[in-house]
Amino acid sequence: MSEMDYADIQGLVRFGYGHMTSASYVLVKIKDPAAAKTWLRAAPVTSAVALKPPPKAALNIAFTAPGLRELGVPNSIIDGFSHEFRGGMAQESRARQLGDVKNNDPSTWLWGGYKQEPHAVVMFFAEPDEFDSFVQSTKGNFWGDAFEELKTLGTSNLDGDEPFGFADGISQPQLDWDQQRQTPCTQLEYTNVVALGEFLLGYRNEYGKITDRPLLEPDASSAGLLAAEDAPDKKDLARNGTYLIMRQLEQDVREFWKFLYEQASDNLAAASQLGAKMVGRTQAGNPLVPIDGQPIPGTDLGSANQNQFTYESDPVGASCPFGAHIRRTNPRNSDFPEQRVGLLRKLIIMFGFGPKGFYDDLTSSVRFHRILRRGREYGSELPPEQALEPAPEKEPPRGLNFICLNANISRQFEFLQNAWIASTKFSGLTCESDPLLGNRESIPGCPVTSNFTMPGEGTLPHRISGLRQFVTVKGGAYFFLPSLRALRYFAETGTATINSS
Amino acid sequence: MTPQSNFMVLAPIDPQRETELRQLLDSMNPGPGRVDPNDSLVPFAEFDALHFARFIILDDKTTKDVRVYGLTPRSYPLYLAFLGDVDGDVNAFLRKLIKRAGKGLGKIFSCCQGFARDTDLLTWMKQHDAPAIAAYVNTRGRTVRQIREEAALYDALDSYIEQNTADLQGLPPRELHRRLLSFVNTEKSTGRLALSDERPTPIGWQIRNLLHMVGLPLLVVLVSPLLVLVAPFYIIALRRLEKTDPEVCPVADQKHSEDLSRIEDHDVTNQFSAMGSLKPGLVRLLTTTFVLKTVNYGARHITRPGRLGRIRSIHFARWVFVAGRERMIFCSNYDGSVESYMDDFINKTGFGLNASFSNGIGYPRTNWLVRDGCIDERNYKEYLRRHTLVTQVWYKAYPGFTAVDLERNTRIRRGLEKKSMTDEQVRDWLALL
Repeated sequence: MSEMDYADIQGLVRFGYGHMTSASYVLVKIKDPAAAKTWLRAAPVTSAVALKPPPKAALNIAFTAPGLRELGVPNSIIDGFSHEFRGGMAQESRARQLGDVKNNDPSTWLWGGYKQEPHAVVMFFAEPDEFDSFVQSTKGNFWGDAFEELKTLGTSNLDGDEPFGFADGISQPQLDWDQQRQTPCTQLEYTNVVALGEFLLGYRNEYGKITDRPLLEPDASSAGLLAAEDAPDKKDLARNGTYLIMRQLEQDVREFWKFLYEQASDNLAAASQLGAKMVGRTQAGNPLVPIDGQPIPGTDLGSANQNQFTYESDPVGASCPFGAHIRRTNPRNSDFPEQRVGLLRKLIIMFGFGPKGFYDDLTSSVRFHRILRRGREYGSELPPEQALEPAPEKEPPRGLNFICLNANISRQFEFLQNAWIASTKFSGLTCESDPLLGNRESIPGCPVTSNFTMPGEGTLPHRISGLRQFVTVKGGAYFFLPSLRALRYFAETGTATINSS
Repeated sequence: MTPQSNFMVLAPIDPQRETELRQLLDSMNPGPGRVDPNDSLVPFAEFDALHFARFIILDDKTTKDVRVYGLTPRSYPLYLAFLGDVDGDVNAFLRKLIKRAGKGLGKIFSCCQGFARDTDLLTWMKQHDAPAIAAYVNTRGRTVRQIREEAALYDALDSYIEQNTADLQGLPPRELHRRLLSFVNTEKSTGRLALSDERPTPIGWQIRNLLHMVGLPLLVVLVSPLLVLVAPFYIIALRRLEKTDPEVCPVADQKHSEDLSRIEDHDVTNQFSAMGSLKPGLVRLLTTTFVLKTVNYGARHITRPGRLGRIRSIHFARWVFVAGRERMIFCSNYDGSVESYMDDFINKTGFGLNASFSNGIGYPRTNWLVRDGCIDERNYKEYLRRHTLVTQVWYKAYPGFTAVDLERNTRIRRGLEKKSMTDEQVRDWLALL
């Protein structure tokens, strides 16, 4: 296995740039491909090399499929990318799967969709006093000729909380940078270490396979690209690159706390407790189930204590409801409903004679559905007690500019959004979707989807109803975050093959 | 117990009338992927024994794949398939169907070869019967009527609990169970709820089932000396084929993939139909036949209700040979998106998937029939997507209900009918509500 070439990977894959508390995402259309290429050639794109001291500013760039086309990348190459990337987030069928209907419908988006589809997103990060000058100097002289700015998504620093007031970004998968992970046929215990190929194209994923991507014939233009690991005679355009998913999620903080407060009979502490049940963590980020005594592989970094747990101690969801946001989005399970099984027991389970309980073995194994989150909040902080007051006129919106990275959009982001967040049938539940993100729209045969169930032990589950839509999708797109080599390839080649399509 | 049965009418389409047939079938859908349950051609909702039904034009775009074996592709006629899963006897169902929807069916089938104005519909349908080589039923004996009654039971309990939360809170588990039971009994006595008793299992079915249960293993035992003799040669031949059979897993055409997506995810359940050609040669044909007979036997006599291996999201599924022994179709009704369906298969029942599908041309390379194969996830998914057919009309009798929903409702009902329950059983029962 070769040494990781961090200099070829865009920094966002490895770092969240936490100390660069100012950031903005500029969504652009390419006005003049030649000028855009000139700009790209000079752009100081930040790599994943760890520097000491860390840089004060960073620049990362990703393209949509129409953006690549606009740069003159031939369709034959674009066809090598995944169906989802080529089709785009706003396709009607896809929108239906992702829960982007009615209030979330792409036709209502501020950007993305058919009206305002960006070609690229240029992401600026910097320490606050460096930010403006960094953006200005990075844009430079060619920017105005090269790009038309569709929208600039600003971000704000809420000190690690998301706008509802809960600590965010605690759980992240730990990438197996050294490629030491032997992906097993069956993973019997939850691990937070995930194969590199789940987050970077051109590497082995959790199945031990390398995901499809465009492989180029070697010629003068592709000479600067790396060879494909699984096809050494081909050039791997996507190696060290990945897909970047961006969604602007507007959060109705006032509505959220108002609902909790009503449900909790106007008691703020009880409202916060109910909120914790819905999130799966307290506002401070503590999980609702006890921390494991045993270390879990891959949870030894960062917020170790708040991440070292599974739901093994809470099989009925009495502490952390099945439907809680973080239990839906990361059920922390393994490939098998039981750990420590012998061959015979394994066979018995495989043939369907394992655990007999209704809620047993209903959730897919999480290691195939992880995402790396890189989003940032926007809008100002609004503490719960203030959220209960009437809103001032023309209040600026709040929310999350959600960004995640993954190598397989359909198996990772889309699965998570569809089967775990938007689904009204997650884990044996019915009539409820994600308590934070659900769109509350009825589906055929299921008029109510706005419940939230908190199971008890030996009691009836406590069910609240009438959850409102707290989060609305305001924009979104699928991007390809190329390696630095691929960026040079896009910037340098194809000048002769620019087409007008 | 009322056993479920299935039918599939398979007939070549008159090439002159393909467009007309497509328009006719499209006219049954108010929108893509959604049938009008009371459509005038076939008012599916009027048949209370019908679980699922579909019309599908078997437009298999992969017939040219046989070229990888140096064979010349055959030009097959284009077939129309009409299939359904029903409670009780198929013939009784078909008679009812014809009585009510004979005119509409006649209109549809008149676009097929050999169907004339004076053709007797029932005779024609039976002549064009394509029996399944293997079939799976999620829970044998659970009728559409039972599903509806149990759904009403769940709703009634749900609103009773909501309206009486204050009274019920804090009651010990057994007392809760007793209160809910007495509520249900009152509802039953006033006729607001019905929980019909099971009908007696037909004697004929019981005998046939018993013969099947005993017969197949007996047959295997009888021919086992021969099997032992042949086994080494078979294994060598199979291993050689596995190492040399070409993979054909190109990325599925983007338009085809989008055509499929358009009709998916309108309900919590989806239809799935995949078609392909078998690898040439006796070894593969025998392997397929043996594997599918085994699957069928297991599904019929061994699996636990609600579970196909570890998979709990399939309502009905079947494998059928299409006119001869060269091509095969797999049809199922599953919960969730196609992505989660495929992941479920790969991660939970990869071995079964490999054994039953790897005899199709182009399937990702397997080892020892059950290993590898679909673990090549991306290739497998493209392979399957490419082989998936666009279904023209699809009907489900209980929109909004997953197989797991049905299981929950049945468990709730059982918990009310049980003579005695342990403390643990009472607790588990309460957790279902």
